[in-house]
Amino acid sequence: MKIGNLELAAEELPGAVPAWGAEVDASQWLAASIHAEASGGRLLALWGSDRSDGAKPRFAVHAALVVQPGIIVMTLPLSEETYPDVSNVFPAANRMQRAVFDLLGLRATVPADERKWLRHAAWPPDVFPLRKDFLGDGSAFESYAADHIDDYPFVSVAGDGVHEIPVGPVHAGTIESGHFRFSVVGERVLKLEERFGYKHKGVEKRFEQMDCVTGAKLAGRISCDSTVAYAWAYAMAVESACGGEAPSRAAWLRALLLERERVANHLGDLGFLGNDAGLAFGLTQFSRLKEDMLRLNAAIFGHRYLMDLIVPGGVLIDVSAEESSRIRAECDALESELLLLRSIYDEHPGLQDRFIGTGRVAPELAARLGLIGLAGRASAQAWDLRAQFSCSPYDRLDVHMATHRNGDVAARVIVRFDEITESLRLIRAILEALPTRATLAQLPTAAEGATGIGWVEGWRGEVFMALELGPAGAIRRLHPHDPSWQNWPLLEHAALGNIVPDFPLINKSFNLSYSGHDL
Amino acid sequence: MFQLLKQIAIIGIKTEPAPAPDESLRVSKALSAQIAKRFHGALTIRHVDAGSCNGCELEINALNNPYYNLEGLGIRFVASPRHADMLLVTGPVSRHMELALKRTYDATPEPKLVVALGECACTGGIYGESYATLGRVSNVLPVDICVSGCPPTPLAIMQGILTAIT
Repeated sequence: MKIGNLELAAEELPGAVPAWGAEVDASQWLAASIHAEASGGRLLALWGSDRSDGAKPRFAVHAALVVQPGIIVMTLPLSEETYPDVSNVFPAANRMQRAVFDLLGLRATVPADERKWLRHAAWPPDVFPLRKDFLGDGSAFESYAADHIDDYPFVSVAGDGVHEIPVGPVHAGTIESGHFRFSVVGERVLKLEERFGYKHKGVEKRFEQMDCVTGAKLAGRISCDSTVAYAWAYAMAVESACGGEAPSRAAWLRALLLERERVANHLGDLGFLGNDAGLAFGLTQFSRLKEDMLRLNAAIFGHRYLMDLIVPGGVLIDVSAEESSRIRAECDALESELLLLRSIYDEHPGLQDRFIGTGRVAPELAARLGLIGLAGRASAQAWDLRAQFSCSPYDRLDVHMATHRNGDVAARVIVRFDEITESLRLIRAILEALPTRATLAQLPTAAEGATGIGWVEGWRGEVFMALELGPAGAIRRLHPHDPSWQNWPLLEHAALGNIVPDFPLINKSFNLSYSGHDL
Repeated sequence: MFQLLKQIAIIGIKTEPAPAPDESLRVSKALSAQIAKRFHGALTIRHVDAGSCNGCELEINALNNPYYNLEGLGIRFVASPRHADMLLVTGPVSRHMELALKRTYDATPEPKLVVALGECACTGGIYGESYATLGRVSNVLPVDICVSGCPPTPLAIMQGILTAIT
């Protein structure tokens, strides 16, 4: 397989998305990254694994690169506990590499930034929870935790009149827990630094106590606002590892659920964005529309957020003709309301004044730092798996990607409006062409050591999963990757030069996941 | 502006009746009589995410949509625990949030009602106890009301909150 001008021996992986696996040495690890970056590719995820109950040598690091034909998953076996740093090629690798060290003790050499990332003080710096010989429940480290606090070395800004505003982890509104450190002069933001990991729940370790059937439930709870995207990516990874496939009706129903999740989240965000810019009317109207949709979800699918409906092998729901017409009627009603609300937003001078030019990420910066997903598309990063690497049923639906160039809050609002419209079209098209027959298939038994990947365009961006199975369908290693990993660092840039009171608006316009990031 | 006002008039009031309190949700009975007397239904709440998957947060936000209109009952979310009568705690308590949660509790004035919201907050849920989590909220703080569900519906959350102050 060619990455730019580099030829790499790679093996195609079975599954719904185009993907290849390649075992590389340290020089190829770096060269492939450089070639991928130079030819317009990007880093999707970087993680490590302890293979002491499988392959030798014990440790390996893995990186998923998106290149022109699809994903290439590189595996670099490590004879020592170090590997080449790629954070100067892909800046997004910085935090991922630091997380690999915190959880597995594998160090990138020599990175510019060696600070811890996911670890605070719940376990000591020389203990690595994702190692297979780590079996404790954490109580062994309680005395360590009691004597230590998270003394994270923030980068401080000095100068006349500069002061710091620490915000979080407990915020003023109903949002997730994380810390923002603002350095400001007057009301302008000179620097913003994020500190996460507060919500680290040991998700990856928990997966290793599960098998590929029971893991589906946890996959749907990594970040609930994207439960459909996660459950689908997980099912895709298991199906890819087993060499099985969900029936075609199931694939179409998964897409139906994914588009409903996208619409519901975008509606909620549009409401909050109006509210954060001072238009409470927006929140009232959009939250009403979102609630209508959630109620229809509960009535038809049995869960407001569509949790636990996608499983490896298919889906646990179906849609009758009557239910299908209820969904169509909802799409029609929503579309006309949306047109009206969009014109109210567009023509509201106070609202547009807050939106336009606020929290701007220029396309060049977005490209350099690897912004993806919805926020990426609002900064001219034209990536949408549904359009570019479309698996069934998107290969039959001709998805129109929504993009914008301005990269400000206004652009992220416009992309949301455009994506809702497109999703409503897709929902109708899916209901129109829904294949008949089964919704759930029996999957073949996977061999020990089988690997699989899942890759789904959730409403926020690409959700990725890399799975390796152990004996009898047990999960040996599962790495879930949220698009927030790529996008959180860009929020630090988006806030620069803006006033502190605009930060909630900017933050909401990205609406990134803390839980999906902290794992 | 005309369109905006017209829309408000056309949609009208969507708010539905609130659920009745449910005594079975109460896990601690110590304060109830005194609270009912003092609050007369009015309450301020501080939400703390102790490590949730963000599902419970979606439903807490839904409480203020026009259908549930929690504020219409005199119950408000406030920006600081120092202004709050009740903590609404979601998630299994991650070890990294333990300190922040305890400090939030310390900053809350009496009677410091605590509602554990969602399966994880009530039992530890799918995450349980591990190197990273301490499990259910009652392992860290005294809890008055448990509202289970994954996530609990807005009506279930309202019922839990109303039970706490009835």
